[in-house]
Amino acid sequence: MTIYNIYIFDRMGTILYQTNWNRLKQSGMSSEEEAKLMYGMLFSIKSFVSKISPLDPKRGFLCYKTSKYALHYYESLTGVKFILNTDITIKNVRDLLHQLYKEIYVEYVVKNTECEMGQPIESELFKLKLDQFIKQHMKSLQ
Amino acid sequence: MSRQNTRLDVKKVNSELFTLTYGAIVSQLMKDYENVEDVNKQLDRMGYNIGVRMVEDFLARTNAGRCYDLRETADKIQYAFKMYLGITPALTNWSAAGDEFSLTFDTNPLTEFVELPDNYQNLKYSNILCGALRGSCEMVQMDVSCWFVQDQLKGDLATELRIKFNKRLEDAIPAGED
Repeated sequence: MTIYNIYIFDRMGTILYQTNWNRLKQSGMSSEEEAKLMYGMLFSIKSFVSKISPLDPKRGFLCYKTSKYALHYYESLTGVKFILNTDITIKNVRDLLHQLYKEIYVEYVVKNTECEMGQPIESELFKLKLDQFIKQHMKSLQ
Repeated sequence: MSRQNTRLDVKKVNSELFTLTYGAIVSQLMKDYENVEDVNKQLDRMGYNIGVRMVEDFLARTNAGRCYDLRETADKIQYAFKMYLGITPALTNWSAAGDEFSLTFDTNPLTEFVELPDNYQNLKYSNILCGALRGSCEMVQMDVSCWFVQDQLKGDLATELRIKFNKRLEDAIPAGED
């Protein structure tokens, strides 16, 4: 399995962090522009998904899939949004994203007083831990 | 990176050290601001900043799900007090509409060994708790107000913290889409 890239947004829609791993094709726009479009798309898809849901949607939008990649969406109760693009064979990404929230984001961003809430994450320790976390999972799930 | 090993056990701090440290903070604030109202405000602000981070830790540790009414939220708040302060406040005085309730404390670890001088009767000594509750609720999309109704420090029988649910906060709309 392959993980291509990740975006993390806070509840105000600020991009906190984005990075690529095995992304072979770029979108051809600046990363700011791309993040803005991503947030806009998610916002729309989320509200549309809830609107047309025939039952109480509870958790709402979770993922979409194309023939080449899948986009997985995880939102913590505090509104921090994690978006992971992967290939289409991968399973249980929700658990992985929950674990990422719990073990990486909370530990190395929330508990790091140097990281201002609502500001892009600059912490090298966080970047390192995130990278290790993703690479380890790519290996273990192969 | 020693954090990795100790991460999941609840770190214990000696409660007297905690109480005295808090006391030192409050008395330093009294020196710095001189005005009781400003100190109340600062304590609330400090609590708020603690709350917005603490709630993430709470959610990560308890794997709590979303609450669908205020009673569920109240139970979670009660549990959080147990987790972070080692006390279990009683949930009392629900309003008829179910949008307001009180946390009643028999003991308050913040106020042990504390006596308020007569001229500081307006000081909300434990106001940091109000701020922390406000901050953590705001992060889970709830706008609440918190205030002390009774305080053992001021001679009341119990300490009572009132919480009122104001409104649900919605997701931010992306820039340029109104």
